Amino acid sequence: MTVSDLKQSYPDSPKPKINWARIEEAEDFANTVKLFRQGKYDEDSFRRYRLQHGAYGTRMTNDYAMVRIKLPAGEIYPHQLEKISQLSEQFSIGNAHFSTRENIQLHWVILEDVSEILRGLAEVGLTSREACGNSVRNVMCSPLSGVCPDEEFDSTPYALATARFFLRNPLSQSLPRKFKFNFTCCEKHGMVRMVDVGLIPQTRDLDGSIQKGFKIFLGGGLGNKSFVGYQLEEFTPEEDLLYTSIAVLRIFDRLGDRKNMARNRMRYLVNDMGWEKFQNLVLKERAIVRATQSVVTHLEVDTTPSVIKRPIRISDESGSSISDGYARWLKTNTLKQKQSEYHSVFITLEAGDITSNQITALATIIREFSSEGYARAGFVQNIALRYVHDDDLTRLYSRLLTVGLAKSGALTMAAPIGCSGTTSCNLALTNSHRLAKEIQRKFLELKLDQDDDLRDSSIKISGCPNACGQHGIATIGFFGGGGRVGKEMYPNYQMSLGGRSDGETMLGATCHRIPAKRVIPVILKIIELFKQNKKSDDTLKDWIHRVVNGKEDSEIKSILDIRKALDSFTIPPTKEEDPDFYNDYGSDSSYHTKTGKGECAA
Amino acid sequence: MSQEKTVKTTTDIDSLRSEIRDKSIRVIDVRREEDYKQSHIPTAVNLPLANLLSDDSPERVLKLVNAMGIGDETPVVVYDDTFGALASRVAWTLEYLGHSDVSLLETTFSKWKSLGLENDNKIPEIQSKNHSIHLKPEILATSDYLEASKDKPNVILIDNRERLNYLEQHIPGAISLPYRTLATQDKILRPKDDMKRLLDNRRISGDSEIITYCGSVGTLSGLAYYALKSVGLPNVKLYVRSFKEWKGLEKPIAKQQDASYWDLSAE
Repeated sequence: MTVSDLKQSYPDSPKPKINWARIEEAEDFANTVKLFRQGKYDEDSFRRYRLQHGAYGTRMTNDYAMVRIKLPAGEIYPHQLEKISQLSEQFSIGNAHFSTRENIQLHWVILEDVSEILRGLAEVGLTSREACGNSVRNVMCSPLSGVCPDEEFDSTPYALATARFFLRNPLSQSLPRKFKFNFTCCEKHGMVRMVDVGLIPQTRDLDGSIQKGFKIFLGGGLGNKSFVGYQLEEFTPEEDLLYTSIAVLRIFDRLGDRKNMARNRMRYLVNDMGWEKFQNLVLKERAIVRATQSVVTHLEVDTTPSVIKRPIRISDESGSSISDGYARWLKTNTLKQKQSEYHSVFITLEAGDITSNQITALATIIREFSSEGYARAGFVQNIALRYVHDDDLTRLYSRLLTVGLAKSGALTMAAPIGCSGTTSCNLALTNSHRLAKEIQRKFLELKLDQDDDLRDSSIKISGCPNACGQHGIATIGFFGGGGRVGKEMYPNYQMSLGGRSDGETMLGATCHRIPAKRVIPVILKIIELFKQNKKSDDTLKDWIHRVVNGKEDSEIKSILDIRKALDSFTIPPTKEEDPDFYNDYGSDSSYHTKTGKGECAA
Repeated sequence: MSQEKTVKTTTDIDSLRSEIRDKSIRVIDVRREEDYKQSHIPTAVNLPLANLLSDDSPERVLKLVNAMGIGDETPVVVYDDTFGALASRVAWTLEYLGHSDVSLLETTFSKWKSLGLENDNKIPEIQSKNHSIHLKPEILATSDYLEASKDKPNVILIDNRERLNYLEQHIPGAISLPYRTLATQDKILRPKDDMKRLLDNRRISGDSEIITYCGSVGTLSGLAYYALKSVGLPNVKLYVRSFKEWKGLEKPIAKQQDASYWDLSAE
């Protein structure tokens, strides 16, 4: 008898449809690190290799890496979470981080241990391959695809098939720069205009039969300079999906700027060339691809529906009283699915962070409560548990509460995004990560998550002008920098207002520079101005939209009026008056900017 | 790589059960007395770690060992319920005294129980023995020793605390190998090949003298001591007073600068 023979098993657990891993890549990574340490690999080639395998550099050191685990279409299964929990304890900091692109990141991993993580991931069919570097990054899909009441059909199988087609594909190994696909369910829940290729499922009536297809947006993206994507054509039928993707990638590969790293995302190519020219090029290239591809080149779209089976209740906890926070949580963290009797439940994490113990608990909770038996990562550093039966919601809430995962406000303005900032990133100027946590705590303390006027607004924070924190599409967005009084420096943020990523996508308009320690009072001041001037059925998002577009007729008519109202917050006190002003969040020493080399464009 | 001999560091469940049946072994349970009294592995004696640590001078340890009926030739197996770390510290102390046949149970008491294996609350009658003292200073590192040798090229200093604690402060020159890295889900130590690969990747090899330390009393680093022994590394020392003493002596401390890594924690 061996110990493992007696391990508890879950025979009913669904298995992932696709194994993304290749175990030999772990071995190869270990050997390559050894060769690199022996000086047999030059820095540049090693860095490219490392990034291709999903290991990113870490702030101010060459000894550590961040491993970015891809979750194609956001799907994550309980046994995979358990493995990630274990890997986090063994090789990282006992915490993991859910990113904005449906990756899970393990930080502060010793470079020599990365191969052990790859090995562990391979055991559960996950990979970090092409999670960084100049490749096709994780293919995202809306966490609501398949359950969204407004969707035409479930785009998840297409997202998975696209991820599978391009992973390790020679076509996407050495692009001019990274390349991103986002699939969504509907206009409201996606981010299709802020990405290289964004796709919304569509159907049309073709001689009496329903034809599936997509609305495809090209050339958008957030960054130091952000652009909104353009719609390629009225309707792209599903059989043209792969041809279109290949055509776009081939054009980018051929014409993308390989010299100027700061301007080589596809959006710059589209912008420089002009949309119409680019559009024509894509349509022509697609005709060539369609004509010259062999018949075997197609997406393996597996539309077998998930088995929906309400988990059998082992322990009966009926009679347990409903706690006070339940109604608040139900309102701000759950959505009714198109399938009757089911809800999707969102778990909000502070800036995406979760402890290894919580991950293990989450795995069990998924098995016990999700009738599809797995979870989906969301777009805002969060997790969605879908197919939770209406009758199980109170019990689920109690369970989440016991492991600290029942924070309310998941689907509201009270769940800000913060990139990793100075906690691990070489480029960061400020601790955007901690600031996001501080804002969330303040919002929950003031119960602002319950305010319907604020519900559809968002706060997003980046630690530098690059836009990992997606500040450009936030109702209130911030990116970090340094402010100066004489010789003293203080952490400072550029604030923009009115950004959005829905059907009326636009980038936020620059408003003011706000010192880090004044960000929270400033947000509260903006809310106060809104409350004073709003129309009866206004939301903050609508109001700011009107102000930014000069269409507001109250006292606050333009972004300049908001700016004026905030001037007093931006005047630095002397160091004697307020020494804390000069420290960033999470630091008790004087602020100074310090950055290393970025690797986004390596 | 230098000669690596195979050392027995853990005893598997099946072997222990048959050795208990043969009455050929002394089993030490290092959990708290009240836990021990509730249930323990049959024939086990109780030596709570706190009791040992209250005075772990060789003279006192000798008395304890004699009272547990351990002679020079008695095979000893130690277990705990703390992923092997407390058991390791006790086992190491016996080894330091000069006892040559001590090993760790491959799993914890909880796991043992969850497998439905035998346990009872009988307190065994012990016949006292006379153990000899042959101290093994070569497995002990003191702060003076550490300070004098840690910068030598063939010395590897390993910090077994969690990564965030290491980043925050550590003994200069130490490398980080958190204690969790050493175990699997079911066993207190990884299988040998697995452990060897991990250590090879980190260039921890038999050519070096290796010193382990942790937070305060040498438990986590005790487990690391046995992890390193399990792959046959010949020259391993435990800095038993660990970081607590080092800090108390106000010796130099290193820190990972310019990064707010603590803010990545969800706790």
